[in-house]
Amino acid sequence: MGLEDVTLREKSVASGVRQLGRARPQNPSRDAVSMPSVYRRLSAESLRQALRKMHLIRRFEESAEDAYMRGLVHGTMHLSIGQEASAVGICATLEPTDYMTSTHRGHGHSIAKGAQVARMFAEFFGKEDGYCRGRGGSMHIADVSTGNLGANGIVGGGLPIAVGVALSMKKQRRSCVVVSFFGDGANNEGAFHEALNMASIWKLPVVFVCENNGYGMSTSTERSTAVKDVAERACAYSMPGIVVDGNDFAAVAQAAFDAVERARRGDGPSLIESKTYRIRGHSRSDRNRYRTKEEIEAWLARDPIVAFERELARLGFVSKSGIEAIRTDVECEIAEAIAFAKASPAPSVEELTRYVYSD
Amino acid sequence: MSTPIEATAILQRRRSSVEDTRSSGLSPEPRELSYAQAIQEAMAIAMERDERVFLMGEDIGVYGGAFQVTGDLVHRFGADRVMDTPISELGSAGVAIGAALTGLRPIFEFQFSDFSALAMEQIVNQAAKLRFMLGGAVSVPLVMRFPSGSGTGAAAQHSQSLEAWFAHVPGLKVVQPATPHDAKGCLLAAIADPDPVMIFEHKLLYKMKGEVPEGHYTVPLGKARLCRPGRDVTIVATSIMVHRSLAAAEELSREGIEAEVIDLRSLRPLDRDTLTQSVKRTHRLVCVYEGVKTLGIGAELSASIAESDAFDYLDAPILRLGGAECPIPYNPELEKAAVPQTPTIIAAVRDLIGGRL
Repeated sequence: MGLEDVTLREKSVASGVRQLGRARPQNPSRDAVSMPSVYRRLSAESLRQALRKMHLIRRFEESAEDAYMRGLVHGTMHLSIGQEASAVGICATLEPTDYMTSTHRGHGHSIAKGAQVARMFAEFFGKEDGYCRGRGGSMHIADVSTGNLGANGIVGGGLPIAVGVALSMKKQRRSCVVVSFFGDGANNEGAFHEALNMASIWKLPVVFVCENNGYGMSTSTERSTAVKDVAERACAYSMPGIVVDGNDFAAVAQAAFDAVERARRGDGPSLIESKTYRIRGHSRSDRNRYRTKEEIEAWLARDPIVAFERELARLGFVSKSGIEAIRTDVECEIAEAIAFAKASPAPSVEELTRYVYSD
Repeated sequence: MSTPIEATAILQRRRSSVEDTRSSGLSPEPRELSYAQAIQEAMAIAMERDERVFLMGEDIGVYGGAFQVTGDLVHRFGADRVMDTPISELGSAGVAIGAALTGLRPIFEFQFSDFSALAMEQIVNQAAKLRFMLGGAVSVPLVMRFPSGSGTGAAAQHSQSLEAWFAHVPGLKVVQPATPHDAKGCLLAAIADPDPVMIFEHKLLYKMKGEVPEGHYTVPLGKARLCRPGRDVTIVATSIMVHRSLAAAEELSREGIEAEVIDLRSLRPLDRDTLTQSVKRTHRLVCVYEGVKTLGIGAELSASIAESDAFDYLDAPILRLGGAECPIPYNPELEKAAVPQTPTIIAAVRDLIGGRL
């Protein structure tokens, strides 16, 4: 995926897909012209919390990687470093009672939806205090208390389930919205087609969020997907499709606000394509043979956290010392979380087959 | 539509009224229903008692279902609770799972059990495993119904018996009721069950009539039924093979061979006790099932005896009669030959008793 694809602009394209970005501010002051409207919809405190969550995700991923190197994590993991604005931008618009289904690259989504990193680390370490009592690991972290119905080891696996949750909400007359994160790889699964079609015919409150990070494992979207933008596919299901710069918190949150409001009003689903990039490989086995150093470096220069920090500072939402305090606070939370996870007991082998069926 | 809490209250009110009727001492007149009618009645009772229950599937609304099992329920309960789905088995299975995860009790009818292959991912990777993968944080109270089996001339893609596939997966429950009584009781038990239950209904049984009690009752999942006592051989059968085995037992009885017939009813959980107790009495075992013989339920039942103390009681090799090693053919004679029939069972038992195996 070329950088030009995510040039920040708003325009209509022939397919009806809207591209949402924002103009670069002309003058570096906090005025109505240069400030994306989403900064007025979220409180200053929410924005600082969003920044904190992005840092927490980044440090969680880096620490998980470090723990893996030191042999504390069994199996593999899929890191979302570089995709933080996408996870946090979407979830910043949700209520705690709203639901979410996630993907194999779901650590960021969980944290953005409100999961505790201590219990996430405990799950990584296979411990009883983990979100899945050590039975699920990285690919199945769920936190039902925050509406997080879980990551999923199957590409596209969460899409139909999200539609079912939305059907359930509609039948029970609950005003909850369901966000279903999936990757560019999932958009070529049959489940994608079936899920989007059903959500549309039944006008269900789902926001489909395709995090297009350019590659399904090693296969680029250009090689795997017949359309330029995944969002173009929305028109096949009579729902709005929008492309956003997934590394731009404000652009993501703006699109999410629109889609969530539409869903909550009962007007049906939307498809948001959040164009982003995973800085790390697909998983631990990835040797980066399918992309260039230059490409990775170009995306590193567009770090979503650096951009968001700069933006919040420019607009006066956070000071330099405020940013420093967030970083220190996050470091502290990560250290405590790892200590908690290390100290947590391992599950008992006697309970191997527990939870297969309800007791 | 009520909230789950309200629905529970409604459920409790309705349940108590049903119990009142049933404890009044008036034993209802025995009456006969077809297997399909019994299932329909179970679904209607469940929907009356519990607002969380709803039906979904292909053409189950005004069409009444491919085998008329849902029949007119759409007129009684409305299109919201008897929901037609697009021809999207994978997606619909996921939808049912999502609904089950968040407070509803879906009953999903697959039009043919063969189409379960399209939904394998959601059934096997999601429904069966979600509770375990999430360390018990969720449960998936989902019922899936599968018209299955051969004998209708629908050939290889509409006639299979795939229950053993699913019985191999921990997290699923797999039942095969053989009578109208059990079809209703197993379905009501499945709806009350907190975990995913798959019910395989043989298409040739839909029109079969039998005594079905009024009102709500359940047949425990995982409990086999001794249908006919006998001293010479145990025939353990599933689904329509129960009836063929009973017919075979009648014929054999005229020859002085008394076969004990067990209706397994459930593949998972599996009632090994009823089987081993029976084999200890009869000293011989024949397993009869429609699914492909090799690596099927018969292998598991045989191994259950081989691994138990009933092994020492055996006076003859264990025999399996299952589906032939081919897809179900179209030609009616070939189709019959592809699965055990009553004469096949009679001949096999004669050989077994006569020591000709």
